Amino acid sequence: MVDAVLFELLHTEMVAELWAPDSDLDPGPGVSAGRGGRGQRTSLQVLEGVGFRVGQALGERLPREMLAFREELDVLKFLCKDLWGAVFQKQMDSLRTNHQGTYILQDSSFPLLVHVGSGLQYLEEAPKFLAFTCGLLRGTLSTLGIKSLVSASVAALPACKFQVVIERS
Amino acid sequence: MSRQANRGTESKKMSSELFTLTYGALVTQLCKDYENDEDVNKQLDKMGYNIGVRLIEDFLARSNVGKCHDFRETADVIAKVAFKMYLGITPSITNWSPAGDEFSLILENNPLVDFVELPDNHSSLIYSNLLCGVLRGALEMVQMAVEAKFVQDTLKGDGVTEIRMRFIRRIEDNLPVGEE
Repeated sequence: MVDAVLFELLHTEMVAELWAPDSDLDPGPGVSAGRGGRGQRTSLQVLEGVGFRVGQALGERLPREMLAFREELDVLKFLCKDLWGAVFQKQMDSLRTNHQGTYILQDSSFPLLVHVGSGLQYLEEAPKFLAFTCGLLRGTLSTLGIKSLVSASVAALPACKFQVVIERS
Repeated sequence: MSRQANRGTESKKMSSELFTLTYGALVTQLCKDYENDEDVNKQLDKMGYNIGVRLIEDFLARSNVGKCHDFRETADVIAKVAFKMYLGITPSITNWSPAGDEFSLILENNPLVDFVELPDNHSSLIYSNLLCGVLRGALEMVQMAVEAKFVQDTLKGDGVTEIRMRFIRRIEDNLPVGEE
């Protein structure tokens, strides 16, 4: 079994490596070496995309018995308890919903933000440490048959909120 | 009761797979970002180095191993304590050089490559090269300059995965060594 600390360290390195300033939005001939495969995508979208693929793959590996969800709220509870437990060794602190497809997941001490800082310092840096996890949530939901938009916001590190909006067809 | 037990093991398994899946997605992204395998290998090594210099602190705090007196002790600690703690495997140590400054770690299975197949156009990719960087970075923080490289890889059809470790020199002063 792979130790959990490896994921956190890998995530930090991944953010450092995949992050490039938004100047790479312009895919002109002077595009910086090493970012050739990105087209128009921003670094945040790249990180979110990586998280999405991982979330999909994780979802595919869950045994079917574990996924006997009766309703949408059960899926979200699964994310808050089981997925968060497996990925971050803790549960989400709170889950709220308007019962119309929008869910707010609150973590008062998000592990991937803890080492970044606390309070209002480095608030600007927070999004890049949340992008992968937003994608992870979206990807897992996708495998469970739910299309969604996931975003995150931070008022003061290391607390953050993930907003999941279910897309109804 | 059994449902609880299932959840526990499932959680550990998910946690374990999370790392290998994330690593795989990262390598895939790097292959898109960089034009050739050599550059990806270098980035993986560099990232591994950065992870290693931090991982060693976690290791020293959790493992209670004392200072290693020679490279043989170091090899034992790497294989039997560190690999076990972080990857859940215990590689065997073989092929010591006569001078005692080189040895091989043989990994019967490599958790990083679960679910992985190398596509044909990436024959020079050293998929698990992060590990070499981790070893190099971690050992540098305990005053050892080493070289680590893959000489066999199950992903490339070899029977086992083999990492060759070579002791270069002891780092005498505590000034930080620059990264490549």
